[in-house]
Amino acid sequence: MRNIRQNVLVLYLETSALDSRTIAWSIYEGASTARHDAGDADAPPYDTGLAALRDGWRLIQASQLQQHAAGDEFRVGYLKYEFFFEQLVETSDTLPAQQETPT
Amino acid sequence: MNMPASVRLSTLQMAHFAARGFLRLDEVVPEAINQRFLADVGHVPATEVDSLWKHYGKIMHSSAIPLVDPGTPLATAYPKDSAVAEILGLPQVQGAIESLVGANSVVDHHFLHITFPGRLYAAAGQPHVAQATHQDSTIDPRRAFDMQMMYFPHDVTRDMGGTRFIPGTHLRVVSEAAIARYQNVKGQQHMVCKAGTLLFLHHGIWHGGGRNDSERLRYMFKIRMCPTAPQTLLWDTHDLETRSETRPIFWNSNPSNAETIESVLMTPEPWFEADTGRLEFVNRIKLWRYLSGNQGWDADYWLTRIENEYGNV
Repeated sequence: MRNIRQNVLVLYLETSALDSRTIAWSIYEGASTARHDAGDADAPPYDTGLAALRDGWRLIQASQLQQHAAGDEFRVGYLKYEFFFEQLVETSDTLPAQQETPT
Repeated sequence: MNMPASVRLSTLQMAHFAARGFLRLDEVVPEAINQRFLADVGHVPATEVDSLWKHYGKIMHSSAIPLVDPGTPLATAYPKDSAVAEILGLPQVQGAIESLVGANSVVDHHFLHITFPGRLYAAAGQPHVAQATHQDSTIDPRRAFDMQMMYFPHDVTRDMGGTRFIPGTHLRVVSEAAIARYQNVKGQQHMVCKAGTLLFLHHGIWHGGGRNDSERLRYMFKIRMCPTAPQTLLWDTHDLETRSETRPIFWNSNPSNAETIESVLMTPEPWFEADTGRLEFVNRIKLWRYLSGNQGWDADYWLTRIENEYGNV
């Protein structure tokens, strides 16, 4: 039986354009035991979302542009331009659910 | 001999705090006080600790850190001869506190954070991971702000996982751990410092404890302080007028290199989004209006432009 696992890359970009600059990022690997921790890298894995596409990551979700609520136009909160990417990886073994290897 | 009077922050130090949400005072606490603090809390070498739960329990029950009810005046929260009271009485420390939250602030809470070597998390069946990025407390849309003083009583090396924080995030209104998904943000800083360093943070700044990959225990003592009066003109304001200067933006062939309130507040962070980075400028200007008590103050026309309203919307 094939074991297909998903790796997930989340990029936060400077604008809604996929070729704009990466300002924040996260990685979750379902296809290995590697763990990516908060604060484990000070430089992004890709400079833009387009660079991730060209390296084989598949875009599966992008944040929508929301109209600004009246009276709340200047409030800032969560990062606005969030893009989820995936890689589907065939693994040879069934991975243990708990074991993790900090990167 | 009397202690010298408190040394309040300068106008530009306040501007940096308004813009970036933090102020760092390196090695401001003398080593004798650092050693006394560690002794008072019951620090022992990591080799003598076999359980993180037992060590935490021992320290919480027997250390010299007092129980402090929320709302207790900072001035009376700690015994006068304690290491913490001596830290709070250092002229630079007292001056920074008075500048940010006033001379009559109260304690919200305090906590001694300890991060342990990996073997102790393994023994306790706990994950040995960095704390996820978060904002303390809960959703807090105030203009007034609390201040969190972090005290690092010993040297912190990079592998000890000193507190990570993201300058300039303090004006973002989010809900605590809702931002845990943000593993890394451009411009994040990791506390690497000598013993006796203090980090003053606006309550809203995004932060998290790092993973301790060393063989030593890491301590960080935090006090959250709340103002009891408006935080207006509390710093050393003698140069306030001379530090502000309007300037042409965009079309300016000879921009000044002088550091002014405007230049500090209009400096972006590496993580700024193109559009909301401008909203950050707007919110920094609003914060400076509160701090300065000048509701007409502006930088680079950001607020004057959108306040220039003559009709009904």
